[in-house]
Amino acid sequence: MSAVVVATESCHLNSGCGFPAPSADIFFLEPYATINLFGMDFTISKAVILVFAVVIIVVGFFLAAARPQKMVPGKLQSLGEQGFLFVRDQIAREVIGKDGDRFVPFLASLFFFVWISNLMGVIPGAQFPIMSSLAFPVSLTLMVYVTYIFLGMKHQGPIKFFTNAAFPPGVPKVMYVLLTPLELLGLLVTRPVTQAIRLFANMFAGHLLITTFTVGAYYLLSPSLIGALGSATSFTVTVVLTGFEMFIQGLQAFIFTLLTAVYIGGSLHAEH
Amino acid sequence: MTNIIAAAESTNILRVPLDELIIGTVAFLLVFFALAKFAFPAIGKTLDARADAIEGGLKRADESQAEAQALLEQYRSQLADARVEAASIRTQAQAEKTAMIEQAKSEAAAAAATVTERAQAQMAAERAQAVSSLRRDVSELALTLAGKVVGESLSDDARARAAVDRFISELENEAAK
Repeated sequence: MSAVVVATESCHLNSGCGFPAPSADIFFLEPYATINLFGMDFTISKAVILVFAVVIIVVGFFLAAARPQKMVPGKLQSLGEQGFLFVRDQIAREVIGKDGDRFVPFLASLFFFVWISNLMGVIPGAQFPIMSSLAFPVSLTLMVYVTYIFLGMKHQGPIKFFTNAAFPPGVPKVMYVLLTPLELLGLLVTRPVTQAIRLFANMFAGHLLITTFTVGAYYLLSPSLIGALGSATSFTVTVVLTGFEMFIQGLQAFIFTLLTAVYIGGSLHAEH
Repeated sequence: MTNIIAAAESTNILRVPLDELIIGTVAFLLVFFALAKFAFPAIGKTLDARADAIEGGLKRADESQAEAQALLEQYRSQLADARVEAASIRTQAQAEKTAMIEQAKSEAAAAAATVTERAQAQMAAERAQAVSSLRRDVSELALTLAGKVVGESLSDDARARAAVDRFISELENEAAK
């Protein structure tokens, strides 16, 4: 990774140097330190530091917003309430219904944790979307997976939950030959895998795209017409893409939380 | 390009290191427990309290409006009652007035009749008195005159008076004819 950075620093158009396209290397972060806890090595990289920054930001914001609870809210309290209400009204109640209120803390934690983690991709200084490191989406998805499997077994019965999903009603019996494996595969494998990969891939691709145009703007910056125009264009695209990426970051956090709500809702009540 | 291929060969973007997986889980659980225990209950409580306050305010407004409406109805009915009462009082007063006028009229008529009657009676009495007094004077005058003419005294009153009375009655009969 450091080799790429060094090569890029003095590499411009017409300087006898090919375009140093950013590779997947940019997602492999240099470990700052290694901490041994409970007989296991924890690598402390930028992503790990950022993830704890996210914890501090999200928890700090909501604790500050919740601290002086007044009937007539101030700006901070109002903002916190709006964040809470967004998840409660747009996701929990919309998808799960009246039962959804119980899951608002879980869903809101997920939404803001994912969103701020994504936002780290465009915050100057951080500039690394945590969810572009597959381990983090997988850790969240595993928790969602365990949650909805547990809820389904609790509300529909340990075996009934799976048979309800495997044999959807209102379908000719012959179709079960085809449907049952697909339904079980969807419930147990496809759901968690797609949920994790969707978030990861969006953040990964967005970050790679922004990096490519940023490096491009730097590389094309040279005393020539093509260089100047190309560099300016590339820089403009970077700015536009950054704005677009911020939209995607919020959208993916929303989708991740929405899917979680859909899965939880499906576990609470058997599908008809 | 060789760089990317080399990088792709040396590393795998789909790797899931166990330490990052644990760190991610711990980080999320920290957020979840902190928010679920300390932030969201307070926020939810405030939102509920505010919703209650707004609903309560609306309810109170409805109640006071209903009360005002009831009061208005009461005032209206009272006003209508008062109007009816005023009308009846007016009618009664009218009737009393008419009765008083009638009474006064009849009293006046009665008084007038009494006065007339008395006057008539007095007139009749006076007439009778005048007639008798005149009759006496006339008879005396006639007697005096007859005595002077006949030269004899008609002092035998009884007979003379009878003669005079007869004469006067004849006169009266003449007059009545």
